Parts: sequence; C-alpha cells; structure tokens
Amino acid sequence: MTKYLLKVKNVVKNYGDYVALENANISVPKGSIYALLGPNGAGKTTLMRIINQITGPDFGEVLFNNEKLNKNHIFGIGYMPEERGLYKKMKVGEQALYLAQLKGMKHSDAIKNLKFWFNKLNISNWWHKKVEELSKGMAQKIQFIVTVVHDPELLIFDEPFSGFDPINAAIIRKEIISLSKKGKTIIFSTHRMESVEQICDYVALINKSKTILEGPIEEIKNQYTNNTYLVELDNSNLEKNKLFEFVVKNTNCFQLSLKEGISSKDALDFINKKHNILSFKKEIPKMEEVFIKAIKNA
Amino acid sequence: MHKIWLVIKREYLIRIRKKSFIVMTFLGPLLLASVLILPIYLAKNNQEKRNIAVANQKDFTLDDNELLNFVTIPQNEVDNIKTNFEDSPYYALLIIQEDTYCLYSNQQVTLNVVNEIKRQIEYTLKFNNLKKIGIDNQTLKNAEQSIDLVTKIINKEGESTKTHSEVSTGIGFLGGILIYMFIFMYGTMVMRGVIEEKTSRIVEVMISSLRPFQLMMGKIIGVALVGLSQFLLWVIFTVAISALAEMVLLNDVFLNANNIENQSVIITQIKNLTSGINLIQIFISFLFYFLAGYLMYSSLFAAVGSAVDAEADTQQFILPVTLPLILSFILIQPIIDNPEGPLAFWMSIIPFTSPIIMMVRLPFGVDSWQIILSMTILVSTFIMTTWLASKIYRTGILMYGKKASFRELLKWLKY
Repeated sequence: MTKYLLKVKNVVKNYGDYVALENANISVPKGSIYALLGPNGAGKTTLMRIINQITGPDFGEVLFNNEKLNKNHIFGIGYMPEERGLYKKMKVGEQALYLAQLKGMKHSDAIKNLKFWFNKLNISNWWHKKVEELSKGMAQKIQFIVTVVHDPELLIFDEPFSGFDPINAAIIRKEIISLSKKGKTIIFSTHRMESVEQICDYVALINKSKTILEGPIEEIKNQYTNNTYLVELDNSNLEKNKLFEFVVKNTNCFQLSLKEGISSKDALDFINKKHNILSFKKEIPKMEEVFIKAIKNA
Repeated sequence: MHKIWLVIKREYLIRIRKKSFIVMTFLGPLLLASVLILPIYLAKNNQEKRNIAVANQKDFTLDDNELLNFVTIPQNEVDNIKTNFEDSPYYALLIIQEDTYCLYSNQQVTLNVVNEIKRQIEYTLKFNNLKKIGIDNQTLKNAEQSIDLVTKIINKEGESTKTHSEVSTGIGFLGGILIYMFIFMYGTMVMRGVIEEKTSRIVEVMISSLRPFQLMMGKIIGVALVGLSQFLLWVIFTVAISALAEMVLLNDVFLNANNIENQSVIITQIKNLTSGINLIQIFISFLFYFLAGYLMYSSLFAAVGSAVDAEADTQQFILPVTLPLILSFILIQPIIDNPEGPLAFWMSIIPFTSPIIMMVRLPFGVDSWQIILSMTILVSTFIMTTWLASKIYRTGILMYGKKASFRELLKWLKY
C-alpha cells in the first residue's frame, strides 16, 4: 500500500467573492516527486500556501504524516515560493543563518548544514558577500539552500526553474533528484512540461480552482493514449484497409489510429506481410498534450 | 516567542550597524552641545587678557579681572604711547582727566571692554560720591542686594510651588516635538522595512517560517528599540558632553565674566528653574507616550507599507495616518497658550493626538485622572490598531502588482 506523506482533502479557499480553490484534493506519496500543473491563476500557489500554513483553508483539511497540519510541521517543510527574494543589505551567510534559525534550527546545526551546502554548490566564498552584490542566478542558489537547509521531509518548489539560466537550472534539477533519492518528498509546480516528464512520478492537474486529474504519471498518460501508432517503412506505401485509419500520411511515415477491437499485433502482422518495417511504435502522449486535452474536456 | 526574538534581533542589529545610525548618535548630541557651548567657547578664546594703559589724573583705582589688566602709566609717557601705539604692549589707553574719560586704541574697542571700564568708573564714582556724604565701603556693600522674582501657582490643596513659565513652555515644546519626531522617524522606518520586504520578495519565504503577526511585531519592536537606544544614547552623550564642557569651560568663563552671584553653576541653575515641575514624571511619561504612541502609529505604518508595492504609492494611505500627527504638531503653540482649556483636554485624551499634546501639557501640571484616562485609552487603541493592522498586513504582504484601494483594505479585514 502506498504511504502518503501529505493529503489535501476537499480544500476550499475563498478571497471575498473570488474562489481560489474549490474542492482541491491531492495525495502525495512518501518519497515521490510530485508535480502540480495548471494554467496561471488555477490555484496552485494558493494550494502551496495552504500546505505551508501561510493561509488557512476555509473548509477541508490537510494531513501531514496522517496528522492534521499544525505549527510543528513548519520545521518539516521547506518552501521555495515563486516570488522569492532575499534581504538585499544583509550578508549572504548571516541571512542564510537567520532564515535557517527561523526554521527552528539551532545556531550550531544551522552553521554546519549551511557550510555543507555552500561547499556542495561551490559558493563557500560568498559567505561574507552582500546579497546586492550577487547576480540573480547566484541569489537563487542561496534561495535553494535556505529552502533545504533544515533537512525537511517535504520540499515544495513553486516554479523552481523560472528565472534560472540553463546551467543553474540543471544544477538545481540534479539536487532535487538527489534529495528525492535520499527519501525526501518533493512537490513542485511548473509550466514547463518537459521537466515534468524528466523527473516526476506523480502529477496533479489543477484548473479553475479544481483538481481535475491526479495520479502516477504513466497511468495518466495511458488514460490519454488513443491507440495511435507510428510506423516507418522502407520506401513503400501503405494502402487503405479495414484495420486502421491514417491520422497522418507521409511518404514512408504514417500515424495510424487502430479501429475498435484491433490489437497492435494484428496491425503489425498485417503490415509486416507486405512491407519492410523500420519502426513500429505506440504513440504515448506528451504531458503537454494531456494537459491541453484535460483542460478542454473539463 | 523564539522566532519573534530572532526577528527583533535582526531588525535591531541591522539598523544600529548602519552608518547613519552611528553618525546620528554621535552627531546629534555634539551638534546640540556645540550650539550651546561654541559661542561661549569662542568668546572665551577671544578674551585673552588685555593690557589697558591708564593715565590717571584723579584718585582712581581700577580692579584687574580676567579680561583686563590695568597698568598705570606716568603722564609724560602718554604722547610716547600715542605715537607708537602699534609697538606698545597695550590694547587701549585710558586717559582720565577732571571730567572727561577717554579711551584710545588703534582698533575698535570691543563692547565688553568698554562696558567693563565704564561700569568700574561709574561704580567708583558712585562709591566716591557716597563716601563724601559719609557712607563707607562696608555700608555700601551691605546695602547691595540682588533678588530673584519668583512666580508661584496656587493649586487645589492651597500649596504653592515655584514655577518658571518660560521653562514649562520650553519643556512642553521640546517633549511634544521630540515625540512627533520619533513617531514620524521610526514609524516611517517600519513602513520602509515592510515595503523593502515586499519589493525584495523575501516576505513569502519569511512567513512560511513564522506568522505574519510575529514578523510585523518583531519589526515594530526592533525599530522601537533602535529609537530608544538612540534617545538614551543622546541623553547620555549630552549629559556627558555638558558635564565635560562645564568642567573645562563654564566654570572659569561664567564665574569670572559675571562677577555677581559667583556660586551659580549650570546644574543649580537648572534645579532652580525646573523646581515645581515634576521632571521624573515627565521623563517616565515621555518614555510611555513615545512607546505607546509609536506602537500605535507604527502598526498603522506597517499596514500602509503592506498595501503598496513601492514607497511612491504610499501617499494616498499615509495622509490619513499622519494627519492627526501633523495636526497635533500645529496645535502645540495654542495648547501652550492655554494648557487647561477644552482643546488641550480633548486632544490629550484622544489617542491619536494624546502622545504629543499630553507631553506639551505635562510641565504645566495635569490632574492624574486625566493622565491615567489618556494612557488607558492610548493603550487600548494601540491594541486595537495593532490587531486591525495585522489583518491588513497579512493579506497585503502577499499581494503583488495590485494597487489597493481603501475599499479593498476593508475587504482584507474580513479575509
């Protein structure tokens, strides 16, 4: 049975007349990398703020390790918001120490962990620099460190890759994956679907303040396959037949949609009789397509 | 509690480490002290002992003092000195003839030298004239008396205390203006701090670790401690500088410049002047009204800061907050003219004006029930505004790019 670190049940949040979340439900398995997807304004950030107890839900409940979310859980969660920044006039080390202590760390532990992370990201010599001397990318490394420094069980990143240059984004992605390997649970929101496919196990899709899709990424993709196959032939043409229809027809390359009751084996055998097959591949939808389809259907 | 303490520590340290704080702390009292002391110091330095040559045809004795040294010269040297005045060691030449007194010099003789010589001559003349009619030196000395005109107020118990109304006015004015300055300076400091947190986008990171109220109160208390530190340092430095200055300068200058009432030193002077004014009460009240007034206003300033994205946008919200402050400031003078009138009474009870106006009234004496009422109302208002402000604050700090209106602020109260 899957163990869930975090469960959000029927959460509702209104700001005056504006409905930010209406029946949001997500279940985040322990140790997973969980992506929250959704168009802008769908309620992702509100959901993350509720998990971080920045605001409270109007209805519904949030369970963390099967306990109702409470103040002590702050120490178990690391949050990197989309709108992130640092005190410009403070020194880097001093500031990181301050933020770590606010997460409940003892002074000595905070220093130890910060030194570890500063070394790991090769920025030890920044300790005495002022934040205003850093470039945006440099500052984001500090923001990443202060998110993970107190070694929380759950890490929440809101649009973690926005604003990062490709090199830094790769570094952060690597660190997120290695944290996941150490057993940390990770939730992040993003618009960038390719990063979802690369690193996520689970996704939830939020649209217009509702969760409309949730589950393991492979399952969801399978739900959205429509029995189409890509076939590449060695210089010959496929003729019309009863087994499938053409979605796309190019020279040598075909996208087929199998008719009801026809298995991929039937189609493969049929083509193989007459043609030289170079490749035959089931088309798995990209997350982006699932995303667009799901929103259209909703 | 631990977290709010961390915030207070950061807000406090970051500000007192600023160069501007250190400069202000040392410069403030120095500036103040130098305004008081520089004229005296300069006067003293210019007053090197001057030699006055005296050609005396009458039976005159002139007394040397710190300023002047009288040297009697024979009549036949007068012409010699007059022709070679530049080379003579004399500042001026005084020629006393039967009924004419004439002071020669190659430059404009300063007024205090003229006055001093004139006073001495007149005194000697008067003394000689009186002696002629049989009043001797001692009788004359005994006849001299200087007095101090005392003003007293009669209160309900029928007791009367010595007062100096100019001093009450001065203290009232100073207290009121200091409170006004402190609330304004440190209130806007809180506001700028909140705006800085918003514009630098640190605020969401912060409030994922602690409650918005803790962040706001931590900032407010931290800045309050900065204000108190600055004030106490000013008091300490001013006292220290004044004491030093008195030791070095005032003792000899003051004592010798005025040769009457030699024992008067600045401290006893202050003691005399402020008798009848309860200085300890005023000092404690000052700290109270500074803190409570500041706490009330700074929470409002924090709310204003949270509602905007940049300091330039604060105008529309800041006016209603600062209006009572500015009004009290303008009304200081009328209140001093009539510190017991209905305007004075009501403005020292209404919490938004009471910190300044009560400080103005206190040196003139205020019934204790009024003080207690005013303080109670102020404290309850401060609790209320802090509560309201924290509601606006916790919503406002997470709103980016939206220009809030007053109606929106009211809506935030309900979130």
